[in-house]
Amino acid sequence: MTDPDSVLTLNPSYRMQYEPAQKSHVLLFPEGMVKLSPTAAEILELLDGKASVQQVINQLSQRYPDAPSLNEDVYQFIKVAYDKRWIC
Amino acid sequence: MTNAGSVNPPLWLLLELTYSCPLHCSYCANPIDLGNKQEELDTETWLKVLIEARALGAVQLGLSGGEPLLRKDLEIIIKKARELGFYINLITSGIGLTEKRIKSLKQAGLDHIQISFQSADQTSNDAIAGKKAAFEQKQKMAKLVKQYGFPMVLNFVISKQNIEQIPQIMALSCQLEADFVELATAQYYGWALQNRDHLLPTLQQVRLAEQQVNQFRLQQSNTAPKFIFVTPDYYETRPKACMSGWGSIFINIAPNGMALPCHSAALLDLPFLNVKQHSLEHIWYESDSFNHYRGFDWMVEPCKSCDEKEQDFGGCRCQALLLTGNADNTDPVCSKSPQHHQITKAVEHASLMHHSEIMSRTLKNSLIIMSSKQI
Ligand code: SF4
Ligand code: SF4
Repeated sequence: MTDPDSVLTLNPSYRMQYEPAQKSHVLLFPEGMVKLSPTAAEILELLDGKASVQQVINQLSQRYPDAPSLNEDVYQFIKVAYDKRWIC
Repeated sequence: MTNAGSVNPPLWLLLELTYSCPLHCSYCANPIDLGNKQEELDTETWLKVLIEARALGAVQLGLSGGEPLLRKDLEIIIKKARELGFYINLITSGIGLTEKRIKSLKQAGLDHIQISFQSADQTSNDAIAGKKAAFEQKQKMAKLVKQYGFPMVLNFVISKQNIEQIPQIMALSCQLEADFVELATAQYYGWALQNRDHLLPTLQQVRLAEQQVNQFRLQQSNTAPKFIFVTPDYYETRPKACMSGWGSIFINIAPNGMALPCHSAALLDLPFLNVKQHSLEHIWYESDSFNHYRGFDWMVEPCKSCDEKEQDFGGCRCQALLLTGNADNTDPVCSKSPQHHQITKAVEHASLMHHSEIMSRTLKNSLIIMSSKQI
């Protein structure tokens, strides 16, 4: 499910929003919440149900041309997020 | 004493909108003193609580009871909460829910619904819930909840009365397309403590149930419900880290407006403040009740010098009070507690057959127990 052509989006029963009190994005779901790192929030925002994983990586590498292992990092995050059902 | 520097903001707000409930579950953890309906907060005060809690940083909101559907202003409360940015969970028995109500809850901005079931088949469900046709209604409502696009959490309170039906319960959960399923063994406070001998499953029953859940998980695909099995802490040797620490993330507001660090804390002898008279900010950061069991200074031995205190905070204050007579004591679930035998004794007791009559949570019983306490 997490190959370059996959088109993914946030699980519709989850909500992501910025929380000023915690100075970070959080992901909210029925059994709890997670505080997201800025990068995680950025990736989740780009997974909009239209762009493919490859397109998301392209966008991110434009924003961060000097990031060393971007490809790998994004895949790893997407795999974890998928297994945890944050995205589908 | 002001604690604003060292205390983190609350994240989780639970509003117990009413103690009224159409069911009479013997495992109910509500206080025995069911309170006076006239004292329930009005709409305006609930909205004030939402605004103050959100300003402090709370973001998860639970609406429960009793049965929250009995509040006619439920939609108004939800609408305000959504405007403020809360993620809103309705915790209901499903009794009194209709398609029309589900629609209006959706419109108001409710995020998800948690329905409690007593069992996987009509006869035992309705016997435990103390109401005929409860099961059929719950099943119907669960289907509608999914149909209207809500994520659905099913909650089964597991006890001796239904623990042998775990496989059927899991099958029912799949059939109803639940997203999360909590299989939580009863917590022994309130009504449940009165009925402990009838509720506490035996160790063999718990281990078998655990095995069944694990096996089921192994053959599950990624889409089926996520099962969460909570074992009774009576069979552990360390207590649960209650609410991740007293006054660290959670606030519970009782129907009459009393602000509590946990749902059963009202039984502790602390000066809990009411949201009718005080701001939540004051209650959270400055009240003696919320500060009382924060940190580690209040502890007695063996917790005081124990190197595990940062993991479990000495366990549950309510359990310490109920079983040892002093809320400051080590939770007797801990094997280091000098009163740990209270737990082992209860376990032995519950595994014998008992003849005292099981007590349902009804107003009449509430009055009987309250008045016998006062004599
Ligand atoms: S003695 Fe207290 S702190 Fe230590 S493990 Fe037991 S409950 Fe936890
Ligand atoms: S004090 Fe006890 S009853 Fe209250 S939340 Fe903690 S563990 Fe639960």
